[in-house]
Parts: sequence; structure tokens; C-alpha cells
Amino acid sequence: MAKKAESTLINMLLSLTIIAVVAGAVLALVSGVTADPIAKAEQAKTENAIKAVLPEFDHLETKDIDGVACNMAYTADNSLVGIAVPATSKKGFGGDLGIMFGFDAEGNISGYQVLKTAETPGLGAKASEWFQKGGKGDVVGKNPNANNLTVSKDGGEVDAISGSTITSRAFCDAIAIAYELYKKGVNE
Amino acid sequence: MKASDIIKNGLIKENPTWVLILGMCPTLATTTSAVNGLCMGLATTFVLMCSNSVISLLKSMIPDKVRIPAFIVIIASFVTIVQLVMQGFLPDLYESLGLFIPLIVVNCIVLGRAEAFASKNNLWFSFLDGVFMGLGFTWALTLLGMVRELLGTGCIFGHSLIGGADGMLLFILPPGGFLCLGLLMAWINHLRNKSKATN
Repeated sequence: MAKKAESTLINMLLSLTIIAVVAGAVLALVSGVTADPIAKAEQAKTENAIKAVLPEFDHLETKDIDGVACNMAYTADNSLVGIAVPATSKKGFGGDLGIMFGFDAEGNISGYQVLKTAETPGLGAKASEWFQKGGKGDVVGKNPNANNLTVSKDGGEVDAISGSTITSRAFCDAIAIAYELYKKGVNE
Repeated sequence: MKASDIIKNGLIKENPTWVLILGMCPTLATTTSAVNGLCMGLATTFVLMCSNSVISLLKSMIPDKVRIPAFIVIIASFVTIVQLVMQGFLPDLYESLGLFIPLIVVNCIVLGRAEAFASKNNLWFSFLDGVFMGLGFTWALTLLGMVRELLGTGCIFGHSLIGGADGMLLFILPPGGFLCLGLLMAWINHLRNKSKATN
């Protein structure tokens, strides 16, 4: 076995510096190689969410509504089919609850997809299926203007996830935020 | 020392989870499903394998007094590599494990093996020790994940066994993690004691 380096100041400085520089160089290389795939993966996620929540459309146009990047969907002859609006509720149980909502041209919810969640697995995390079409708290096809989209405990008509009233309230909160943005987007 | 001893140590005799009881934080936090446990185990195995090898190679170059910071830099670099690669190429997995990947840096198994094994042994043995300590951790996490997933949701690896059953939610939540871990550990140690007695 090679002789072990003594713990002199110069040895310690040298060895740590060399290790740190080499580690830095390797990480810079890996970060450069993966930057593209990471950006693509994130973009693909948003695009998939937009496609999943909107009715069929021909092309999208990004529009800034109150500082939020929303996507307006048009048919081939440029009439509006719907808007995909991301909304984040701060009232989640485990943290922010970020959801992409789709509204059709009449303001009905055409779909939603959970983007960011820190809700309890098995309870609040059910939000990604619970409120979908056919789910127990189905909100798809409802219009936040005509329907009272709050949880039934608060006098609304949305069935809350059993055991997760807080998450359900956050979800309804996100609907309200998204609908405000939608109204601004349509009227502008 | 023989290679077969190192393999046996990692998988059973000194299994990091059941015997050394190291790295409990990721063990409890990521085993809500079998797939999560398996992937967390494999990510840790990769880091252990690389860090053990590099530390063994550099052991005569690193002065004793700064060995811990040197180990941490090496380990943290490999963890960051795993994190970036996973984020770019396995975004779905990154979504469910993301929070716990950076925490591999402070997993006591990785630093423990660097200090107790890699800094005293040659490259080949350190590499083997990293791989099999990692696999020992992986099978423990996968088993725990399977039991919790089965009891908590009625599924194994995402495939439902009992149609329409919701499962006992408790086992997906932290208290169920502690219960399963304790009971499995007792059972495995009972098996080990029995095999020791017959030997």
C-alpha cells in the first residue's frame, strides 16, 4: 500500500482543492449534457397537461394573463375552443397545489391535471383522479359561474375526498383562481 | 478476506437496513410503494458503488484530518449526477423520488462504508462492498415497499391483487412505515438467530 499522505497544511489544501476542482469539472460536464433533456422533459409535461385538459384544438397561442402564462387554443379557422390555465392554491395540506385547468369557450371546465402536489399519499393525493369525469367529485363539464364549485361542507356541490377536506378546499380554491384568469383571458 | 464474505455481509450478515440499521430516513420515507423502494435502493447502490471505488483509489492521497470533507464532496458529486440524469431521462421517477435523491448525500450508509471499508481496502473489494451493501439496502427497501403497498392499497408493483379493495391507508402513511419496519426487522432477526443456532 502506498504511503498515506501526512496531514500537513499543504497536503490538506492540495488534496481538497484537487478533489473539489475535479468534482466541479465533472458536474459541469454532466449538467451540460443533461440540461437539454431536462428542459424537454419539463416542456413535454406541460404540453401533455395542456392536451389532456382541453377539447380538440388545432393550434395554441401563449398569452400572458395577469403574469400567468396561459394557452389559448384555436381551431384551424381561428375561433377560440378553450383556454388552459395553470393555477396554484396556497391552501393545500402539504404545500402548494398546482393544477392545470382547461376551460372550453363557454367557461365549462373541460378537464384538469395536477402539476404539483405535496398532498398525503392515499388521501389528498387522490385529487388527481377524484374530480375527473366519472370520479366521485366530478367537476368536469361544470361551469364555475353557473355551479357553486365549493365542497359540500361549505354549501357547494363538489363532493370532497373522504378524509381530505383541506385538499378538496384547495382544489376548489384553485378552480376559482383559474376561472378568474379565464374570464380575463376571454374578455381581453 | 474473501469476495464471498463481502457479498454475504452486504446482503445478509451486515445488511445495512436490518442489521446495521442505517439510513432509516429514506427507508421509511420512500417505501410507500415497491417501485419507489426499488428505485431508491438502486440509486443508492449506484452512488455507493462509485463513491466506494473512488475513495478507495484516492485513500493514500487524502490526509486523515480532511478525509470527511473529501468523502462528502465525492459522494455529493455522484448524488448530483444521479439527480441530473434522473431528472432528464426518467422524469416520472424523479417526480416521486425527487425530494429524497439529494438526501442520499447524508445517508449514513454511504459515508459509513466510505469510512469503515473503502478507506482501508483495495479497489476491487471496495467496489464489491459498495455493490452488495447497496443491493442489501435495495432488497430491504423493496420488501418493505411491497408489504406496505400490499397492505395499504392491495397492489404489488402497481398491479391490483384484490379487485376493488382500497387497502388499509395507515400502511402508506408514516405510522404504517414504522410498524412494518419494526415487524419485518423482528422477523428477519428471528430467522437469523434461528440459522445461527442450527449452525
